[in-house]
This record gives sequence, structure tokens and C-alpha cells, in this order.
Amino acid sequence: MANTKFQEVEKYAAPDGSYQLIPFNIDKIDEESFFISNVSGDYCFITPTELDDLVNKELSKDANVYKELKSRHFLYEDNYDLPLDILSTRYRTKKSSLNSFTALHMFVVTLRCDLSCSYCQVSRQTQAAPDKYDMSEDTADKFIDMMFKSPSTHYKVEFQGGEPLVNFKLIKYIVGRVNHINETANKNVEFVIATNLNLINDEILKFVKEHTIYLSTSLDGPQHVHDHNRNKDSHSKVTANIKKVQDEVGHDYVAALMTTTNKSLQHPNEIVDEYVRLGLNQIFLRAISPYGFALRSTNAKYATNEFIRFYKEALDYIINLNKQGTVITEVYATIILSKILTPFTHNFVDLLSPAGTGIAAISYNYDGDIYASDESRMLAEAKDDTFKLGNVHENSYKEIFLSPTLIEMINSSCLEANPMCNDCAYNPYCGTDPVHNHQTQGDVQGIMPQSGFCTKNMAVIKLLLSYIKENDPETMDVFYSWVNRIPLES
Amino acid sequence: MKLVVKGDNPFKFSGVGTLTKKIVSDKTKAIKMVSALEDIDEGYFAYIALSKELNEELIKKELPCLVNISYTDDLHDGFIVSVNENGQIRTLFRPDSEHNTIFTTDACNSNCLMCSQPPKEVDPLLLYSDICDMIDLIPPETDFLGITGGEPTLMGDKLLHIVERLKTKLPNTTIHMLTNGRTFSDPEWAKAFALVGHPDFLLCIPLYSDLQKEHDYVVQAKGAYEETVKGLMNLAEYKVNLEIRVVLHKQTYKRLPDLCKFITMNLPFVSHVALMGMEMMGYVRMNYDTLWIDPVDYDKELTFASQTLRRSGMPFSIYNLQRCLVDKSLWKYMRQSISDWKNIYLDECNSCDVKEECGGLFASAKNLHSENIKRIQIS
Repeated sequence: MANTKFQEVEKYAAPDGSYQLIPFNIDKIDEESFFISNVSGDYCFITPTELDDLVNKELSKDANVYKELKSRHFLYEDNYDLPLDILSTRYRTKKSSLNSFTALHMFVVTLRCDLSCSYCQVSRQTQAAPDKYDMSEDTADKFIDMMFKSPSTHYKVEFQGGEPLVNFKLIKYIVGRVNHINETANKNVEFVIATNLNLINDEILKFVKEHTIYLSTSLDGPQHVHDHNRNKDSHSKVTANIKKVQDEVGHDYVAALMTTTNKSLQHPNEIVDEYVRLGLNQIFLRAISPYGFALRSTNAKYATNEFIRFYKEALDYIINLNKQGTVITEVYATIILSKILTPFTHNFVDLLSPAGTGIAAISYNYDGDIYASDESRMLAEAKDDTFKLGNVHENSYKEIFLSPTLIEMINSSCLEANPMCNDCAYNPYCGTDPVHNHQTQGDVQGIMPQSGFCTKNMAVIKLLLSYIKENDPETMDVFYSWVNRIPLES
Repeated sequence: MKLVVKGDNPFKFSGVGTLTKKIVSDKTKAIKMVSALEDIDEGYFAYIALSKELNEELIKKELPCLVNISYTDDLHDGFIVSVNENGQIRTLFRPDSEHNTIFTTDACNSNCLMCSQPPKEVDPLLLYSDICDMIDLIPPETDFLGITGGEPTLMGDKLLHIVERLKTKLPNTTIHMLTNGRTFSDPEWAKAFALVGHPDFLLCIPLYSDLQKEHDYVVQAKGAYEETVKGLMNLAEYKVNLEIRVVLHKQTYKRLPDLCKFITMNLPFVSHVALMGMEMMGYVRMNYDTLWIDPVDYDKELTFASQTLRRSGMPFSIYNLQRCLVDKSLWKYMRQSISDWKNIYLDECNSCDVKEECGGLFASAKNLHSENIKRIQIS
């Protein structure tokens, strides 16, 4: 019969009163608070006294902070079995992109371009003959065969340049051949063209719609910001073309990327407004990258703190727009918040650990050369071929993906094992870019205290955590709507 | 299904069959309800006399019969019933209900403070053959079936046979099984269960706290928290469809927001979370002071918990609560969840503007409910 002799709650407590710590990293935020995080990315904000008590094992089990720390896997009582199971599952989930291997395949179909932007971070040839700087069908065939060796179930084929539409003929050829092979390969394939849109015409738009190809363009903001680094009529052309794609192909077929230049720093809200005006529901507030022609330009020379000031102002403005019912997502914040606020990750290739070079994304150059990333390719154009993995006409898939260059890049880009990064409380939300480290510091692991990459990402992560600590319900609703792609409740 | 009718069973037979007044082709699994002499055609599994005059007639013919039935209004055409040697007729299935369940066993390995149907020390396989017979009789067009206990998984491999049988005989029926999930901490068992491969099967597993001590206390079983959480993770490994159920009471409401956070971060694979008002049955009355809290007093926790689940995109529902006790912003998550045969409304409810949408109360709450139940007027 039923056992109605119920036991008191303390009967279910761990046998002795002690607890053990599970490894975590610490950062001091200010005199009143510390930020601590563990391998799963779970975190807590705690006071200095609480931190002292925690590590001295003097926390009272009845304290709320004790319960919170236990719930978030910072400590355990008599049994490590379950927290270990949970943490390892969480860690695997965070690293799940490694299972799928290379998903982003960038085809540099030509180096030729119809423009000459002063801050161009891509390599380009304006006057050259087509046969010299275009990818051939034979080379494309070999790249496609190589791509289909990747175990990923999802391929993103991104056409790059130069201006890829200069060689639209080859884009058509590649799309056709990829789709043909995919009839039996059954991968989930997505196509993107990174383009200035100047060359779009009815034939191209018809093709784009027919094959569901997305267009990704550059838009730095309103006319005076955008044209500052370009020809005078660039802004009017690109905005007219964005509109044309939206109207004639479909609203979601075109997205834009912005690059923050010196000129941008003073106009955060105007830049956001320009995106809203054009009905673009995503904006990626990107700092300029130290590659290609960009490096030589004075536009690239601003300090990280200036970028952060700009970024915060723009982000505040974007959050408020969302609160007032205008749906627009900031991509940089979304990438990092996905890692903080969800058990999952974000597969943005430039902020992964180990780095996404080669194993998340790979760049196929017009001449058959293979690079670990788009940036590696740009570096090579500047006569530094450190990150060249081989050539499709000479090397097999195995040779490319097991090349000592790539293995070294992966080995030295695991934050969990990199100097300074390994005990950084923000490493679960960060990533690294060995190409950037090599380019700026001459060392693939990088020297973090002097790294602009580190300074910028840490500042953005801390900024986002300050919103989280503040915990304004409406702001958090906006953040969660971004990371989980669910509409805000009105 | 708890409808029980008592009669005499002069020949001490037992078994499961479908009640029928009509003439049916397969008499071997049908129990003929006899209301006139000419109804007595031979070959049925059993007979039930619906009027006194027929009792003697059935006994005289030495047919397996139940006579002197106390109350025949609960016996309807199409009901699947079990009959035991003592003359008890227990309704197992009603074709007109959307809340049919297969009751597996009274045995349980937990002893929850608020158990509405306290466990008994019985052989978990006691009802196994009845359950198999019952499944064979359930109409294939049935949309939904629950499986409940006790703890169904204590049937071990026999439960796998039951699930296999459901998959074969009722391929289009959605199954929800209530289990505490503890036995699935054995990965081999979780795998065996998953490998049955039922196409539409949900396991509804309760978790009462994000912390071991609190959960173990509520279910009165040391180690239960670890087993349940491991069980959830093992089942997820094999892609079993999972729901987490939380019964709301004085021992669970405080950490409800933390529990929901824990679920979204550590158990994001579950497909649904059910936040459930307490049924005033079984142990609840015994542990009333330990458990009872007026739902209006956990409104804040319920709102925070809902916010966490909503933000993470986790589908969730609020069961068994009344609209007048819950913040209006949460009404859209509330469901009419109380099984029809134990669902009531109070007199106060009759003039309420949202009675139609409200789930009402458990019959057991008729004289034991929040003092804040009041009609809502929508102007």
C-alpha cells in the first residue's frame, strides 16, 4: 500500500555539507561585480564577496547565489557525474559546426572589377584582359568536384571577385553544374553573389530568381558616407539597384553589408536610417579589416574605442527602433548574443574556435589556388602566400585538407589552449582569425594584449553583457528575437 | 478512465471486451448488453443484463454474464471494459472521448508529494494481458491515446511490446505517455525504447526543479533528479519526442523561472513544456499545507517562467488553471486540459465572459480551490 511517511527536504541534501568547484574563468567588471563563465558559456555576475566565498567554499547553500551557481554548473556537491554529462553535451553542442566541416565555398570567378573603391578590401584588376584574371570552366569543374567531397550536408556557394558579375557566364555555368551534380548528391545548396549590383540586368535577375540566388552588396550608409570612398554616383546606383532587386526578384533576395570608415564614425543613426529606408531588415556594423587596399587608405585609421563608441550608439538606436516596431537585426550583436544567450552557437566563420579557416569556409581562387579563407587569398595578392593550401590542378582533397598549413592553423586557433585566451572569461563567445593575427602581428596565435581583433571583440562582448546585466525586459526581448529568429510580441 | 460499475459475476469469468447492443460479426471480443430476451444469441464473449428479469435467464443458460448491475447508465455501446471475477466492470476506453488512456500499473518508483493517484506495491505486469486485449479492440480511427500509471516503464520489456502493438494496430493514433523518465538513465533501455520507432509518440516527463535536492524532495526519491535528467538526455540522443511537465505548487513555484532557464539552456531538445496547476487528489489532501498555494500568489513566477520559454522559442502551455487566476498576457498559452470526465465549473463561472475558453476546474477542486475564483467581465 501507499507509503505516506513523507521525508523532510533536508533528507535529500548531499551527505556532507561541502561542495567542489567546476573550472571557470573570471573577469572583474568593476568594484562591485565580477563576470564568471564556464566551458558551456553559462555565466553569472557575482559580487567580490560572493566570489571570495565561492572559491573558499564558504557559500551558504541556502543563498540564492549558491543555487544559481549550482544550476549553471559552477559547482557540484557529492556527484560530478551529471554535471560532467551536461557540460560535455553543452560543449559538443557549442562545437557542433565541426561535425559538418566545410560549408562555405567561395568561388573567386574573376579578379576584374568595374570600380576602384579606395577602401576595397578585395583584390581587383580594373583594366586587365579577361583571360588573365577569370576562372576557367575547367578550373571551376575541379573546384566543384572538390566541394562535393565535403561531408557537410549544407553548402553555401558564394561568388566573389573582383566583381563576380563581370564573369556572369561562369556563374551560370557553375550554378548549372552544381545543381546537376546535386540531383544525386542531395546537399542543401544555397547560392550567394557578392556584388556591387552595377551590372545587373534582366537576364541576370531572371536567372537569380529562377535559381534562388541571393545577392549580397555593400552599402555604407547615406549618400555622403557611401560615396565618400567611391565614385560620386555609387550611392544612387546601388540604392536604385537594391530597390530593383527587391521589386523584381523578391524582397529577401538582396542584403547589404556596411564597412565602418572614418567618415562613418560621426553618422551612426543616419547609417541605420538608410538601411531602414531601403527596407533592409539586417545591418552588420563591421569595423574595417586590415586587408587588401583597405590598409593603405587613411580611412582605415581609427582607434578601436572610436569604433566601439560608434557601435554602441548605432546599436542603441537599432534596439530602440525595434522597441518601436521597426524590425531590424544587427548581425554582429546577433552572432555574439547567440553564443551568450542560447546553448547553440553561430556559424559566422570569422568568429569561431577553432578558426573557421578551411574547415568552415574555403576560398577557391580564379587561378586554381586554394586558400584557407578569403582574407588568406587577399594576403596572397599582396605577395604573402602563407595560407595557400595548394592548387586544385595539382593537389587532392586529402592533400588540401590535411595540409600542414591548415593543420597548423587549426591547432593554433583553439581559444581553449591559446595564451591569454585560455583564461579569458569571454572565450566561449569569441573566436579567432589566424590570418588576421599573422597579418597584423606576424604570429598565427597572436599576441592578445596588443591585438586589435581581441580589443574590438572583447569590447563588443562586454558591451553586450552590460545590456544583459542591466536586464531591461524590452531590450532582452529584442535580443532574444534576434538570436532565436522569433518575431517580437507587439 | 475510472468509471467502475459493480455487479455479480456468478461464473467468475474475467477479461476485456467491447460493449455492444447491436449484433456484431466478431462476437468473441464483444460483451452483449441484453435488454430483451431476443438479444440473447449465443457466442458472445460475455453478457450483461440491463434489466432484472433477464438476470435469471442468463444464469439459467450458463452464459458468462454479469447480473444485478448496480448502475447501468455508465455502460454504453462501443465502450471497452474490463470485467473481473468480483463483478467489477471498469471502463477502459470511450469512443466519444478525446482523453482515453491506457492505465498500465499502480506500481511506481517515486512517491510524489502531490501524487493524484498514489502508488501501490503491486506486480507491474498485472494488467499486461488486459492492455494487449484492449489495444486490439480500440478503433483504428482513434486520434489520441494516453499511457499512464503508476510508472509505465516498470513494465520493462513488456512496455516495448505494448508500444510495438500500438504501432502495428493503431498506426494513426498519437500517443502521450506519462513517465518519470528515471529508468531511461540506462542508455541501453533508452535506446531499446527509441528503436521501437513509433512514429507519433511523446514522452511527458516531470521535472520539478533545476536543483537535485528540491526535485528529489518533491518526488520523495533520492537520486531521482539525476536519473530523470540523464534519462531526458539519453532519450534525446535517440531523437525521442519529449515534453517536460511541471506541477505548480508551494514546493516548485519559487524556482520555476530558474527551472525554465535550465530547460532552455540544458534540455533545449524537448519539444514542449507544460506548466500545470495541481489536481486536488490523492496525496494532495494529506500534504495540503506543504503544497497548497493560491495560483494568484505565484503569478510573478509564472510570468517570468513564461517569458523565458517564450524568448527562447520553446513551445509551452499552461494547463489546469483558471483564467481569473492568471495574468491576461498568459491566456494565450492556457489550454482546456482537464479530461472531460473530471472537468467542472463553479456557480460563479456561469456568468463569466470567458467561461467558454477557460479550462475550468478539476472535479476534485469543487470544495477546495482558490478563493480568488471570480467571474471575468469583458466590457
